[in-house]
Amino acid sequence: MKPLHELTIAEIQLLLQQKQFSSREITGHFLDRIAQQNSIYNCYISVDNDGALNAADAADKAIATGANGPLLGVPFAHKDIFCTQGVKTTCGSKMLDNFIPPYDATVVAKMKAEGAVMLGKTNMDEFAMGSSNETSYFGSVKNPWDLETVPGGSSGGSAAAVAARLAPAATGTDTGGSIRQPAALCGITGLKPTYGRVSRYGMIAFASSLDQAGPMTRTAEDAAILLNSMSGFDAKDSTCTDIAVPDYTATLNQSIKGLKIGIPKEYFDERLDATMAATVQTALAELEKLGAILVDIELPNSALSVPAYYVIAPAEASSNLSRFDGVRYGYRCDNPKDLEDLYTRTRTEGFGEEVKRRILVGAYALSAGYYDAYYRKAQQVRRLIKQDFVSAFEKVDIIAGPTSPSPAFKFGEKGDDPVAMYLEDIYTIAVNLAGLPAMSLPAGTMNNMPVGLQLVGNYFAEQQLLNTAHQFQTVTDWHHQSPVTE
Amino acid sequence: MTITPEQIAITAGLAKLKIDGDEAIEVAKRIGAILELVDQMQAVDTSNVEPMANSLDAVQRLRVDAAIQPENPIDVRDTLQQIAPATEDGLYLVPKVID
Repeated sequence: MKPLHELTIAEIQLLLQQKQFSSREITGHFLDRIAQQNSIYNCYISVDNDGALNAADAADKAIATGANGPLLGVPFAHKDIFCTQGVKTTCGSKMLDNFIPPYDATVVAKMKAEGAVMLGKTNMDEFAMGSSNETSYFGSVKNPWDLETVPGGSSGGSAAAVAARLAPAATGTDTGGSIRQPAALCGITGLKPTYGRVSRYGMIAFASSLDQAGPMTRTAEDAAILLNSMSGFDAKDSTCTDIAVPDYTATLNQSIKGLKIGIPKEYFDERLDATMAATVQTALAELEKLGAILVDIELPNSALSVPAYYVIAPAEASSNLSRFDGVRYGYRCDNPKDLEDLYTRTRTEGFGEEVKRRILVGAYALSAGYYDAYYRKAQQVRRLIKQDFVSAFEKVDIIAGPTSPSPAFKFGEKGDDPVAMYLEDIYTIAVNLAGLPAMSLPAGTMNNMPVGLQLVGNYFAEQQLLNTAHQFQTVTDWHHQSPVTE
Repeated sequence: MTITPEQIAITAGLAKLKIDGDEAIEVAKRIGAILELVDQMQAVDTSNVEPMANSLDAVQRLRVDAAIQPENPIDVRDTLQQIAPATEDGLYLVPKVID
């Protein structure tokens, strides 16, 4: 048998049922690895040793009485953006360094109900605002493939934990690429579902019309297993859709012969590194060999997605983050002299630089006299971007291209220029604005660093995405490659 | 569009953040670069385009207008207030507003 930390969740579930090992054994194995190696990668903010072992024991008891389930006794990690009752939830911020939620997020409750074993909470860019994990109050996460490079962000801790084999799988959230880009940079599989597929209740809000939670795993099969558990209607999230959840694992083995894959010319222009382009083209050729038909398409407004996003996301963030005022929970400044001082000093001391910058941009874009020029304009552009995709999906089933313009970059490489960092998400942001589902898959390497292939599906077509991804992974082994030697 | 350090300080005040002096000059420079990026949108004609707030054009889901009481309201309040920086008799404490 492979070492326990090399097993996928599908394999772990099978071996737990066969009593090859107990949930306590595999959970203990991961907790030991985290204790030994987390200082190298900094991918966990909190580790819940006792909670994990108790959940593992409960799962072992259930398995002994004949219980079965795809996540029963399976260890995993949650991004530290999901509220976990009794377990500190920081969102990567000083503002919530002391926050112990009194309730579980719906995603957390669903996975708990299935007997999944949470190992701990993973590091992230502060309030999910970043593409490199450099904005976390708890320090940067290191990319397990090269410790001098970033893991991507904002779900960088989740991506690094899975890549470093410190968790078999993790949850993430994606507002502008925060699942897909770190998945690409760390060589793992990540899925952002259709907006409304997964409940946002208890997921600390960044930009509510864009935020969506999803799985970060080694394989498409594992992503399907996790998505089965995470998805579904929730009355506590007013934007969660009431559409039946199919079994995402049921269709993984279907042939993709005849599948039409659109290749947007805008995703292969001069902004994309030539070696990256060649690597992605090689991956597309694999899909062609499986019977898919590549079709040239256009997404003419895609260049406008970054500008529109950097109005809409900060505007929503400035509103969402107004709740952090030092009164009901979280950080409070010392010795406030009056109420105004309490609010202003709490927020000025509690938020990091990038978060403050985005609140300012958002407040400015929403302010009297600028609303039409910025916010309204961005929402109009957003519709144009969606229409591009709607037109494309009249001709093709799936759209494919690179996930990021380059592999993982060095710490500090983007310097002090926020715009340079924002452009890291040029291929991922349009999908959030349109609300579509999309995945990133390990699809090759460049300078020994992982390269991600992005697949974008039509609304609620996660089954087709996962099927395509799984078929790709049956003929490639990029998803099995590991930066870990021990 | 450019933004001045004075506008930064005013906007920060509205968002209950304190950014002034040299910091406002620095922040104005960075936010100016973001606004320059954002201004690329202005080149597009959107005169006949309906703004889109929700990607599925979903509207607010409504439920029956009836109060939902938690099973034990006092316990909920106590639980929620345990994580508050300062409370007294079930109330949140803030600095005195009126003398």
